[in-house]
Amino acid sequence: MSSVGVGQGDRRAAKVARGIVLVLLTIAFLIPFYLLVRDALSTDQQINNVNGWTWFPSNPQWHNLIDAFNDPSAPLGRSMLNSLFIAVTQTVGVLVISGMAGYGLARIRVRYASAVFYVVLATLLIPAAVTFVPSFVMVSTLGWVSTLRGLIVPGLFQALATFLFRQYFLGFPKELEEAAQIDGAGPWRTFWRIVVPNSWSFVAAIATITFIGSWNAFLWPLVIGQDQNSWTVQITLSTYATAQSINLHGMFMAALISMVPLLLMFLFLQRWIVAGVEQTGINE
Amino acid sequence: MSAPAAASDSAGAARSGPARPAPSRRRWTDNPHLWFWVFVGPFFLGLAIFVLIPIGWSIWLSFYNAHNTVTPTEFVGFDNYRAMLGDPAFRSSLVTFVVFAAFIVPTTFVISLGLAVLLEATSWGRAFFRSVFFLPVACSYVVAALIWRHGIFTGISSGLANTVLGWVGLDPVPWLSVVHPPWYWLVITTVRLWLQVGFYMVLFLAALQRIPRHLYEAAALDGATGWKAFRYITFPQLRTTSTAVLMLLLVNAFQAFDEFYNILATPGGYPPYARPPLIYLYNIALGSVQDFGNGSAGAVILTLLIAVFALVQGKLTGLGRSES
Repeated sequence: MSSVGVGQGDRRAAKVARGIVLVLLTIAFLIPFYLLVRDALSTDQQINNVNGWTWFPSNPQWHNLIDAFNDPSAPLGRSMLNSLFIAVTQTVGVLVISGMAGYGLARIRVRYASAVFYVVLATLLIPAAVTFVPSFVMVSTLGWVSTLRGLIVPGLFQALATFLFRQYFLGFPKELEEAAQIDGAGPWRTFWRIVVPNSWSFVAAIATITFIGSWNAFLWPLVIGQDQNSWTVQITLSTYATAQSINLHGMFMAALISMVPLLLMFLFLQRWIVAGVEQTGINE
Repeated sequence: MSAPAAASDSAGAARSGPARPAPSRRRWTDNPHLWFWVFVGPFFLGLAIFVLIPIGWSIWLSFYNAHNTVTPTEFVGFDNYRAMLGDPAFRSSLVTFVVFAAFIVPTTFVISLGLAVLLEATSWGRAFFRSVFFLPVACSYVVAALIWRHGIFTGISSGLANTVLGWVGLDPVPWLSVVHPPWYWLVITTVRLWLQVGFYMVLFLAALQRIPRHLYEAAALDGATGWKAFRYITFPQLRTTSTAVLMLLLVNAFQAFDEFYNILATPGGYPPYARPPLIYLYNIALGSVQDFGNGSAGAVILTLLIAVFALVQGKLTGLGRSES
């Protein structure tokens, strides 16, 4: 940061040392991705090569890509579609439900508003994963086990997202809303026409982290997706990992394919993902 | 806070003045109860049905003998709680959590803070390195677990870890199938480190950028640079973020399930060691015997535990005072 009392040579040495550390760390962080790609394009013999390490298959098995979709015990295509549908509906649902609730909690002064807010805060303290037993009891009573409803609906009511939206709307410039109200707009129109269009970057940040969380979720889909038709992509991958005899190249190819949507997001939306992560940390 | 309040008051006065006969039904100040529930109602209803009522129901179930039923009739008092607390497997799952958290919380904290400081000090390629360390956030625990289990830490000699050991002349290690020494801890903890240090690094980076530069300049005049500057300026300035990160790390460690399940479960079931609380709970409530009575009692105990942890840590670090 500062260089008072530090010689020119020392500074250069520190710079070189930092560079070396960063490059080594980069290699270490990328090794798992390298292995994933290598194994996805290999035969099982190449993966478990007893004669030495194969850096990369000389004849990449591109047909693994097609084969991954044709494994009857691991319905990759179907489960990818399930995951996509679940992640999109949950993201949109959370944005609408938590966005409205956050706005209401931030702006509308009724006697019980703070009581409702404290209930939201209290649920934040209880990790969702610990309540999976009671939630399962409720969902099975509704007859929603192994349905998309059962996978989606309980995840629509996120106390954290509501809390974050409330904090954000508390800081939203009131003048914009007041101008709309003077023009005769009611709360509904003020919210959708004025507040939401001026909050896109915050909405995008919450949207990306909600989508990632939904796509990567494992415990709840494992509990609810008992029938193969309701598996999400993570459940399909998990059955590969814990199978009796493991189809290695199929498993790695399926894992690689499962990452494509999120890798695309990282390529084009990383800014918003970083913003979303920062939000989850700042609130606590 | 007084200035904005005054501004909105005068705006309110202006609105209700005779000059502006706005249609009154359109203003929420006329019916705040209606509008509150229009906005907050859907969320609150869902929260009640899928979180609050289930928790209440679960507390009720925990006092009943509820094998394979969610509408039991046999009241058993505190027997389920006694059974859970008396079960060595449940207690050992709590020990597993403590051991796991005692390692993963400080290690993740130090590494992610280290990465953030390292990146902050680097002028060259910062965006690239940040992306590399952040990229694992796109990876699910399931995908990472199977890379670790079947790619890096396979028990056979062709796995990456054993290949590297072979290069330096060491024998292959059966990473996941021995308990003495417990090599599986290395597999379990490194996968979580890889997955989440980038996430916390981003939090620390954001916090580092909020530290006013003039603090460092003033300290440099007093001769405090390098480690001293970190110790007396950076670290104290990161207090809020550090508290948040510690809390998130602790809660996440408590919820550990995905990587344990996908690294250690076999077709024959989950091994009797390295069971964190949620794995144990999953087996009790959703295994071959669906024992919702004991499962609910376990969930209640765990919920109370994590709530106590959170409150104690909140009290200790003065969390929530800066809030609201």
